Amino acid sequence: MKGRTLWNHRNYWNQRTRAVLLTCLLFVLLVVIYACGLLISEDAVTGSFLNAKQPPSPAHPFGTDALGRDLFLRTLKGLSVSMTVGAAASAISAVIAVLVGIASSMGSKRADALINWIIDLVMSVPHTVLIILISFALGRGLKGLLIGIAATHWCSLARLIRGEVLQLRSQQYVAVSRKLGKSSGWILTRHLLPHLAPQLLIGLVLMFPHAILHEASISFLGFGLPPEQSAIGIILSESMRYLSTGMWWSAVLPGLTLVLIVLLVDKLGESLRTLLDPYSAQE
Amino acid sequence: MKGTAGRLFRILVTYSIKIISLLLAVSVVSFVLVSASPVDPVQQYILGLDTAVSPEQRAEIEAYWGVGDPPAQRYFSWLKELLHGNLGESAIYRRPVADVIGERFLNSFALMLCAWLLSGLIGFSLGCVMGMYKNKWPDRILKKVCYILSTVPTFWLGLLLLLVFGVWLQWFPIGFSSPIGVLSKDVTLWQKIHHLILPAFTLSLMSFSNIALHTRQKLIDVMNSEYVLFARARGEGPWTILRRHGLRNILLPALTLQFASFAELFGGSVMTENVFSYPGLGSAVSAAGLQGDVPLLLGITLFSTLFVCAGNMTANLLYGIIDPQIREVRE
Repeated sequence: MKGRTLWNHRNYWNQRTRAVLLTCLLFVLLVVIYACGLLISEDAVTGSFLNAKQPPSPAHPFGTDALGRDLFLRTLKGLSVSMTVGAAASAISAVIAVLVGIASSMGSKRADALINWIIDLVMSVPHTVLIILISFALGRGLKGLLIGIAATHWCSLARLIRGEVLQLRSQQYVAVSRKLGKSSGWILTRHLLPHLAPQLLIGLVLMFPHAILHEASISFLGFGLPPEQSAIGIILSESMRYLSTGMWWSAVLPGLTLVLIVLLVDKLGESLRTLLDPYSAQE
Repeated sequence: MKGTAGRLFRILVTYSIKIISLLLAVSVVSFVLVSASPVDPVQQYILGLDTAVSPEQRAEIEAYWGVGDPPAQRYFSWLKELLHGNLGESAIYRRPVADVIGERFLNSFALMLCAWLLSGLIGFSLGCVMGMYKNKWPDRILKKVCYILSTVPTFWLGLLLLLVFGVWLQWFPIGFSSPIGVLSKDVTLWQKIHHLILPAFTLSLMSFSNIALHTRQKLIDVMNSEYVLFARARGEGPWTILRRHGLRNILLPALTLQFASFAELFGGSVMTENVFSYPGLGSAVSAAGLQGDVPLLLGITLFSTLFVCAGNMTANLLYGIIDPQIREVRE
């Protein structure tokens, strides 16, 4: 890639160093936001009716909602909840994806066909409907949300891993290992998994924003977290009721924060890819 | 053309078998999930009746619903009724589920069709523009826009549009598919369209970035090919090349992708309909889930699966019939 941006004109650091710095910076930023959300106590987000429905001001950067709660603090708290759900759900999803992907590419033809059929099955129900069903089955709440999101997000990563393993297995060094009498388990742990690890990490990080967005959507519909919790979806669904009264800040600002976080995580995933992915690491 | 018809028939049969197996599996899975729910559907059904129910009546309802029966027996009796076209009665709407789905699907279909066409057209033309101006400023700006739009949650975008066009500018109504307080036979077509514009626009904004980025990549691949180099050497201008070589190669993948995206379209319409209180399937499914209306929830789940499968089948058929490369391989 020849110079496109201003950055390339001053070549203090090469692209790799910049990517490392960017990754660290983004990671620290996300951790700080997460920690802020955790540290905010419940007392801070119990407001009084005296300062209800206030537009943004230095005291309340995002304004206050109809119950007088500070929306900035609620948004931060909601983000940390979203991040917990997103991280847990995408971690579970990634584990499922690895197991399924390896099973379908290393197992028999019949197992492969079965797994492909299951993937088709999961993909043929719209995700939102499937999460609603799962959440309904588990009586709503955090557990249903988590399992619902984890159960719907593994498919594409599993397909990616399956393709990757199939390609790796046809490599000569794997064939040599097999000729030397190494077991499948040995080949899996020594040859395949080290190759898959970076792909998996990138897949995990890129799955995370999807999971956060789904969490917000499902909470918005009323299936996820309980209504007294501070979650972005819940703040936005409350804001919908007051939209026509001119409370624009409660709809715009928390949503904007969510989008920014998603963009940050996406950027983190992309810069991890430049670092780890052997195909783009040379650029 | 006997070969084409035979091939078409083969694809149709294999795909139909697959769809039936998928539908059966979805019915089993959703039935199991619904049975595992702590929500008592009989209680919800009785709540919806709005009248006091004596213990005898309750026992009758429970016997009709098969409360005491083992789950497998309940499943098969449900499946039998389902195959006869009886999906049960909805607890919220007090009407047969099939009627509710039929009526609401018409509303949803109007919404999804508009959004689908709009996103296809916008996405495809923007993709062409991006591909033609690869790495120049129109491409870079549009790529950023697509990238950002793909990270924006549907319902928030809907809220923003509602706020700007519904509340501030008051160009469009805030919700529903027709004005409130007007009898359904008095609603004019324009009023319906007026209520449809904002939701359809929201839904199409959500889905065009995918098709635009895909088209861009395909067009760039075509533009780097040797036959385009040759066309350029012959003196054809860029837009002639796009018309003669580009469009023919990228139209089919784009169309296929658009048909294969029915699942996202349906998921998006669930969110959009809830934001705009639009009376379609999407708002019905969330209401059914929230209020424990089990027959309706099961019905819509099956229906949405059928919808998605129909889209996927169309995509496969399109590829099988039109694409000369795949046609050659099959033959």
